Amino acid sequence: MSDFTTWDILRNLLLAARWTVLLSLVSFIGGGIVGALLLFARTAKGKAGPAFVKTYVELFQGTPLLMQLFLAFFGLGLFGIDVPAWLAASVALILWSAAFLTEIWRGCVESIARGQWEASASLGMGYVQQMRHVVLPQALRIAVPPTVGFSVQVVKGTALTSIIGFVELSKAGTVVTNATFEPFKVYGLVALIYFCLCWPLSKSSQILERKLNVAHRNH
Amino acid sequence: MNYTFDFGWLIEYWPVLLKGIGITVELTLVGGVLGVALGIACAWARALGPGWLRPVVAAYVELIRNTPFLIQLFFIFFGLPALGLRMSELQAANLAMVVNLGAYGCEIIRAGIQATPKGQFEAGASLGMSRLQTFWYVVLIPALQRIWPALSSQIVIVMLGSAAVSQIAAEDLTFAANFIQSRTFRAFESYFVATLIYLALAIALRQLLRGLGWTLFPKRTAR
Repeated sequence: MSDFTTWDILRNLLLAARWTVLLSLVSFIGGGIVGALLLFARTAKGKAGPAFVKTYVELFQGTPLLMQLFLAFFGLGLFGIDVPAWLAASVALILWSAAFLTEIWRGCVESIARGQWEASASLGMGYVQQMRHVVLPQALRIAVPPTVGFSVQVVKGTALTSIIGFVELSKAGTVVTNATFEPFKVYGLVALIYFCLCWPLSKSSQILERKLNVAHRNH
Repeated sequence: MNYTFDFGWLIEYWPVLLKGIGITVELTLVGGVLGVALGIACAWARALGPGWLRPVVAAYVELIRNTPFLIQLFFIFFGLPALGLRMSELQAANLAMVVNLGAYGCEIIRAGIQATPKGQFEAGASLGMSRLQTFWYVVLIPALQRIWPALSSQIVIVMLGSAAVSQIAAEDLTFAANFIQSRTFRAFESYFVATLIYLALAIALRQLLRGLGWTLFPKRTAR
């Protein structure tokens, strides 16, 4: 058996971390797009749209992400296609992120005072115009810090995709452990890499919150 | 889609599911109670504790909040034996959940403590209460009441996250679903049923915590 230096271990983990980063980006951006669509349905007039999104959010926030991954993996397989792990992982993470993002953004949209909606309606604006010109520009400002904060959850969520066989940082950690028999060192390094990915995001979320909230801080 | 769903295995395997539910509930109960206790201790240490303790707790909180639960679990179960700390699957799962909830709980409870006006501390002291009494009765209880909804959702998140403990062979609900699908080859159906059970558990836990909030904080302050 060949020996592994710490550098060998770290290099292998860092190579695998690329897939963690890529999957995080795909999930976050895809989740953002689906989440935005859901947001429009959630805040629209009528009953069916909001009710659907409510149920959707309840289902995805009330069940483990791991189960969602399993269901995506085996569920897509029911259609007779051979499902690669990356596809199931992306689909599940996008749908999961969308549920959380749409809920975060709904809070931001609803924090815009009612009078703003009424004022813009009295100017003859339709729903889309109201959103585009009045509500979203204000809501986006409030939405940035919690959205960046949620990206940390996405990065950490990708760790679970190792269980359905997607080879990213966590899976690489398991594989390298099985080769080196040094779980303490390997998982310590894996945790360190995750920390290096997540901590800047957490910190910038905090800093953004302080910066963007200046206008609203009156106590 | 030429697939016929088959839930017939439920007749034979429901005791397996039941046992898994029991373990998941047990893990959540122990993790929830001890995790909140650890969160309170850490929040005290960060807000009012001795100077040397604050950065230590801050580092612990940041470390846990910025790494995945799965890796924390693997580190505890596979990594710590290298230091001579060997434990069973369930003990490791419990420890990981407590450590995880402790860090998130610390941040949540600290936010509640920081919202306490400074005058409250002084009022407590002027009534002749000790520092600990002031912390417990004047600061902590109202703080907990304030942040109870946030803490409740974090406990639900930890319960759902506990699905990962099946990966170190702790025999929870997910482990039961894995076992059933390996026996029956009905993967989708097994996980589908397990998912529904998790959903029911999450809803029940949320209601339970809401009720607990009402009992623990009976209209102490008119809000």
